[in-house]
Amino acid sequence: MTLTERPALGADAALAAALLAVDPAGLGGLHLCAGAGPERDAWLALLRRLMPAGSPWQRVPLHAGESALLGGLDLAATLQAARPVLQPGLLARADGGTLLLGSAERTPALVASLLASVLDHGEIRLQRDGLSQRQATRWLLVALDETVLESDSPEDALPAALSERLALHLDLRSTRPGPPGEAPPADAAADWTHADVAAARLRLPGVELPDDCLQALCATALVWGVASLRAPLMAVRVARAAAALDGSRTVTQTHAEIAARLVLAHRATRCPPEATEPDDTAEQPEAEAGEPQDNDHTPQDTPPPEPDDPATESADNAPDPSARDPMQERLVEAVRAVLPAGLLAALRAGTLAGQPPSRGSGQAGAVLRNTPRGRPVGTRRGDPGRGQRLHVLDTLRAAAPWQTLRRPPGGPEQLRVRRDDFHVVRHRQHRPTTTVFVVDASGSAALHRLAEAKGAVELLLADCYVRRDRVAVLAFRGQQAEVLLPPTRSLARARRELAALPGGGGTPLAAAIDAARTLALQLQRSGATPVLVFLTDGRANIAHDGTPGRAQAGADALTQAALLRATGLTALLIDTSPQPADAARSVAQGMGARYVPLPHAGATGLSAVVRSVLPSP
Amino acid sequence: MAQPYPFSAIVGQDEMKTAILIAAVDPSIGGVLVLGDRGTGKSTTVRALAALLPPMKAVAGCRYGCDPADTSSRCEQCAALKPEGRAPRTHTIPVPVVDLPLGATEDRVVGALDLERALSQGVKAFEPGLLAQAHRGFLYIDEVNLLEDHLVDLLIDVAASGENVVEREGLSIRHPARFVLVGSGNPEEGELRPQLLDRFGLSVEVRTPEGLADRVEVVRRRDAYEQDRAAFVEAWKKEDERVRRQIVAGRKRLASVQVPDAARQRISALCMALGTDGLRGDLTLMRAARAMAALDGDAEVGDAHLRRVAAPALRHRLRRNPLDSTGSTSRVDRAVSELMGA
Repeated sequence: MTLTERPALGADAALAAALLAVDPAGLGGLHLCAGAGPERDAWLALLRRLMPAGSPWQRVPLHAGESALLGGLDLAATLQAARPVLQPGLLARADGGTLLLGSAERTPALVASLLASVLDHGEIRLQRDGLSQRQATRWLLVALDETVLESDSPEDALPAALSERLALHLDLRSTRPGPPGEAPPADAAADWTHADVAAARLRLPGVELPDDCLQALCATALVWGVASLRAPLMAVRVARAAAALDGSRTVTQTHAEIAARLVLAHRATRCPPEATEPDDTAEQPEAEAGEPQDNDHTPQDTPPPEPDDPATESADNAPDPSARDPMQERLVEAVRAVLPAGLLAALRAGTLAGQPPSRGSGQAGAVLRNTPRGRPVGTRRGDPGRGQRLHVLDTLRAAAPWQTLRRPPGGPEQLRVRRDDFHVVRHRQHRPTTTVFVVDASGSAALHRLAEAKGAVELLLADCYVRRDRVAVLAFRGQQAEVLLPPTRSLARARRELAALPGGGGTPLAAAIDAARTLALQLQRSGATPVLVFLTDGRANIAHDGTPGRAQAGADALTQAALLRATGLTALLIDTSPQPADAARSVAQGMGARYVPLPHAGATGLSAVVRSVLPSP
Repeated sequence: MAQPYPFSAIVGQDEMKTAILIAAVDPSIGGVLVLGDRGTGKSTTVRALAALLPPMKAVAGCRYGCDPADTSSRCEQCAALKPEGRAPRTHTIPVPVVDLPLGATEDRVVGALDLERALSQGVKAFEPGLLAQAHRGFLYIDEVNLLEDHLVDLLIDVAASGENVVEREGLSIRHPARFVLVGSGNPEEGELRPQLLDRFGLSVEVRTPEGLADRVEVVRRRDAYEQDRAAFVEAWKKEDERVRRQIVAGRKRLASVQVPDAARQRISALCMALGTDGLRGDLTLMRAARAMAALDGDAEVGDAHLRRVAAPALRHRLRRNPLDSTGSTSRVDRAVSELMGA
């Protein structure tokens, strides 16, 4: 099979699998967005067919802890051999094969970092349980992202530390075939055979890369606002693999286009001007659109923006469209061709707020620290049982020095462990608090109120690393409530995401209470203690179903307040109206919240009040 | 990785490279913190350092690699070695650059009972941990902001005292553990605890290069390295050798570099203008400027040196005002240009 110039998505999916199989170590892996289903299974089956026969195919369960992943002391073997024996972890067992990360969007930050570190160094560096080892390990990581399009909680996204290191991205959600029963797009895939891949693998080390290809890929990445340098590097590797697969000894434009399409497109953060448009009209809106985006919603891996850095950059270095060389032009267009229309429009408008790679990952780490049992923090002497888990290694360590004394003369060679050797794992009990600000962004006072909330958020965050607490912001206006700041601990992130705050419109209080309750329950499930802080005057005028009308809106708000009260969540309502009135008070009573009238609070006053309701650490 | 990426082949990132060289010339600087974007070569730089450092002399047979010339901080064995004034036998070893990987457990960091000997021979022996390995070298923590709190506390303690005290499993051991702490991380993943922040002498911000020429060069070199490591390392050997000589010369010169009164006044004025907490800022700034002068081959500290090290030495010591989003770097830069002229 030869490479087609502009293939259907199904063919790209097959191509991705073949490329991964050609250079698994170089490409790192693939971020696969697809729900469990026939398309995903077909793609995975294809990949498995193309990978070396008999190579490991290992699933990583979401709950796998550090010791399961990295390995640790094999107790039975250790006792038998009377010397420490390593039990290899999941990551080591998958060496040379494929690692499947299920529910990748919920990967805790720590697991993500472990995987990233193995991808980077090609080895597992183990310093655990008295064992010190390096094990060369290479695998292909397939992150199975099961996020449903635009409906999942904003907190769930593949950690950027991981998506950054996976060369390819494949979204099977958008290629849903028509009626059920029709063959999944895997048909096109059948053309790549194991033999194709094996031949390409042999050819790969000898593939030449002309310098103009390399330059064009770098320039294309820059034009599309892909900041991280790993991206062009990955693109270079993909281009080589594509050439090898094509039976070519040199990377040509076709291969570079494939690389641009598969590696750079999904990383795009802004839209270059259309090549066909005349120069000056194209450059102008681009520069304007680029700036606000860079200030407000810069994805994580973009450098902290000095105003208009990429804009001037593209003017200085990545030349304007007319001056681009033809190869780069083709690559830029190759990227444009595969971007979904909606995404392209968002890029053009510079309003790319929620692009997956830009989502934070710090919060997942906090969740991990708070599994219901708390995080293990060392051991202490004590009996296991009643929820206390025995720490085998430390128990052995405690018993070990006494073995010669305890062994009766001529007695059998066996380990003698006594009760006072027992050590149990200590867990950290503290559940960190997540303060959710629910801010009324409607009407004229909106901007002022949002600014106060923002100040309070930053003040709280400034000292919350001491307690490992998090803060989230939910704003409501018009007809709905939206999460402005997903739960985070990062001051830098809060400052960036709260930089531009929308305001004005009606007061959908009922929808806000509903959204706040949903978010709070979600946080509670993940092990945090949510505290809700409402900033509003309580004068609802949009009903829960989005229709205007003060009476219905008020009734709906009280209904939602009662629902919130039933959950028993801690809440605080700060009345921000100049003349504190009954409206807010009755809502506060309805939701069982503490009512604090603070007409001219200011950020400092606000944060002081909020701090007073937070549970003490 | 048998052949790390050569230090001199790293494109740009001068502040980071300078800070690491300063720490190599004067380990008392108190460590280097590297924060910044992903994919900027943070860990590549630190790993490249290992290949660059000139080897050092150590007491032969000492498991901690004690310095034969230093009589004040030695492990118990070495302290007992020379009562009669005879110099101990020595050998040359590479300077350790030890990785503290994520998921490391406390027993491997501080050291613990040697399980193998305990189980097989019933002997209570100490198995040194990573802190012992890092003695007289570098301890590198990638993703330092994801490190477990209890490990952070422990590191702070050892880094401050230069000594690791182990009291566990019936063992009572103390051994010297003087190392340069090098941490790297991405601030988006979470804030660093202020206590740990303050421990680092220098703090460096790295950014992805923005110019196309630089970016092409990074990718080109990295690609060349991946295609043929041996040839690439060979090609940069000369450059690396030059940097190594710079470090050696800098170390020799360090003791003789003068800090004139004018420079001392500059340092105090700068720290006062910025309102840095405590005297650690003044001290670090002075040491960094002195090491900078030594690296440059200059006999005394001048404004040029201060200018180059002011930001890394001070930016993490400014009192934070959460409502002021002005970056610490620009605050330091402003103070420097007000004091010394633009």
